[in-house]
Amino acid sequence: MNNNTDSAAEEIHEVHVHRDDFGSKMGLWLFLLTEILLFGGLFLLYAGYRFKYPEGFAAAASELDVLMGAVNTIVLLTSSLTVVLGIVALQKNKLKLSLFFLWCTVFCGIIFLVNKYFEWGAKFHHGIYPKGPKLQEMSEGEVMYFGLYYVMTGLHGLHIIIGLAFIGIVMYRMKKKVITSTNFQKLENAGLYWHIVDIIWIFLFPLLYLIH
Amino acid sequence: MANGTIAVPGRTAEVDFYKVKGKYKGILSWLLTTDHKRIGILYLCSITFFFLVAMTLGVLMRLEMLTPGETFMKAQTYNSLFTLHGVIMVFLFVIPSIPAIFGNFMLPLQIGAKDVQFPRLNLLSWYLYIIGGGLAVLSLFTGGGIMDTGWTFYVPYSIRTTTNVSLSVFAAFVLGFATILTGLNFITTIHRLRCPGMTWFRMPLFVWALYATSWIQVLATPVIGITLVLIILERAFGIGIFDPTLGGDPLLYQHMFWIYSHPAVYIMILPAMGVVSEIIPTFAKKPIFGYVPIAISSLGIALVGYLVWGHHMFSSGISDTSRVIFSLLTFMVALPSGIKIFNWVATLYKGSITITAPMLFVLLFIFIFSIGGLTGLVLGALNTDLHLTDTYFVVAHFHYVMFGGMGLIFFASLHYWFPKMFGKMYNEKMAKVAAYWIAIGFNTLYFPMFIMGYMGMPRRYYDYLPEFQVYHIISTVGSWILVSGILIMFYNLLSGLKNGKKATDNPWGGTTLEWSVASPPPLENFDEIPVVTTGPYDHHHIHGEEQNKNNE
Repeated sequence: MNNNTDSAAEEIHEVHVHRDDFGSKMGLWLFLLTEILLFGGLFLLYAGYRFKYPEGFAAAASELDVLMGAVNTIVLLTSSLTVVLGIVALQKNKLKLSLFFLWCTVFCGIIFLVNKYFEWGAKFHHGIYPKGPKLQEMSEGEVMYFGLYYVMTGLHGLHIIIGLAFIGIVMYRMKKKVITSTNFQKLENAGLYWHIVDIIWIFLFPLLYLIH
Repeated sequence: MANGTIAVPGRTAEVDFYKVKGKYKGILSWLLTTDHKRIGILYLCSITFFFLVAMTLGVLMRLEMLTPGETFMKAQTYNSLFTLHGVIMVFLFVIPSIPAIFGNFMLPLQIGAKDVQFPRLNLLSWYLYIIGGGLAVLSLFTGGGIMDTGWTFYVPYSIRTTTNVSLSVFAAFVLGFATILTGLNFITTIHRLRCPGMTWFRMPLFVWALYATSWIQVLATPVIGITLVLIILERAFGIGIFDPTLGGDPLLYQHMFWIYSHPAVYIMILPAMGVVSEIIPTFAKKPIFGYVPIAISSLGIALVGYLVWGHHMFSSGISDTSRVIFSLLTFMVALPSGIKIFNWVATLYKGSITITAPMLFVLLFIFIFSIGGLTGLVLGALNTDLHLTDTYFVVAHFHYVMFGGMGLIFFASLHYWFPKMFGKMYNEKMAKVAAYWIAIGFNTLYFPMFIMGYMGMPRRYYDYLPEFQVYHIISTVGSWILVSGILIMFYNLLSGLKNGKKATDNPWGGTTLEWSVASPPPLENFDEIPVVTTGPYDHHHIHGEEQNKNNE
């Protein structure tokens, strides 16, 4: 899959030069499928508990700051756009421009995380966290809602961090000229991964913030 | 071809892959390898190790059940033992074994490729397997004692018990990651690296089985991943999602658990069925009967198997409607499995059958697995299931399908591909004695469990009423016979490895591509990528010039 594999084969004769962009993309798509199913489990639980506790969910959802969520949605959508622009720029052999767009994506990702930090921080401040004083006074439906809220946004935040790391590594290798205008599959893969993180948020936002 | 490999000069390719001098020497040549064959051998060693550990635990459990009450261990120890036996067997042996060992070794050979699509990811999967296994071992000696939840980690007990559940569950999570990456690797390999002429319906049936299995691995494992993470979060922070005191619903846990764990049953058995479809045509000297139905039935099992998880919950309090639907779907899984059994038997009809050790294991498998499959229908029917749930009948059933199905075929694969993997032969006579001995021990061990389960002996109990003792004694004696058979088998294979005579390239007259290369295969498998012109089991071609130039 890669030209600097540490396989024993390397020493004797130059095999494994084998580069298969389509195969590499296919592997990543399969991985994205597993990500959807990972979150799919949580969506299943969300559906089950929403059905069981409609009032509790409505009451708890109104505690969230829709404006904060909307800003984060716009930030993430923008970051997805800049990743695409970054890929196109690299394909046109404009390395500097491509890196600039990717820096924009990284910047957006960090803004998202900072926003999330303040959102969680405010909840914690009000005592809304597992076993927190305010949450213990709430109804079962609300407890369940916030349990899911923390798990879903937390896991999503973790994916943002992984996506940023993925993009960071790709940017480093672009600077080292390993990933170039003729060999850009890794960048495209990083972009695809970033899109799935974005798409999952597109579902989390209405489910958690907008449905009252 | 599409993979863009560069043809290798003929000379170097003659050296077998064990002897090739690479960048690293000694142990590092194994630990840093990306060769699918070496990774297969690494899996073989580690998986066999865990199998022997879990087998020992099983024998100890049987020994404890020899007399009612305490025989030689405390009740809490017994709870830990059956949990460990289950967790190690399921997650470290039954799920990974055939795909990770023989899939890794044989898949690229059978489709005419030089390696899998992502060789380094392949090595990473092995490391994740080892880390997962290591964490599971670590959990025995740390925290609040050995986990006692059973391998299903059912809530609410798993979030209440003080034993070391979190670490063991995390180990299972890491092992799941290894499974996912292997599946992803195999699917891409099968799509991208088939040699010229290897169309979908010219692929060996083992490859078809691996393909179906890999899809289940990719599509089902993430669900258990998130479920296990939720258990850890529940224990660490008390988020309440599965905790009934906070409004959570334990039934939802069972759904999430079985959405993965039932398809996982097919991760275990499908590759074994693939191996059977390889061994039977080789030793019946006939093309397989019903190639396309067998290939498609693998996908059928994978598809329907995804929709039947509710039959593990018939007595858990799910609605009558869903019970009837799940029961109906469960009966439907029997169809593709039946298709396979009938096609195998039809392949034997008027074949020129040689009973070698691998073939013997396969015939024993058909007998034993049929018992396991038919008793599965007894459990799939609602009324009988309510009578038999959580009795020894269930234990007997899944040992007949898991051990009698996957386990026996694991042994069959070891004997079938042993000459190819190691270039040596084992003692055929002793291998057959071991096979018979294993089959006798197996039935002595597990058949009494059907009877006592039917009479009401509950599973996972430390103690029992005196009227069950005679069955427990027979069963325990059976465990000794079974284990001695397994030890004879491994001894025979190891002495074959040491002193066996050299194997020819194609000792069985197999027709698939792995038999067209040297035993053991050279580093890059093929001097030049082969071109396939016929189906996989065409025995007219076995002595043909173009496909078997390496054979005598």
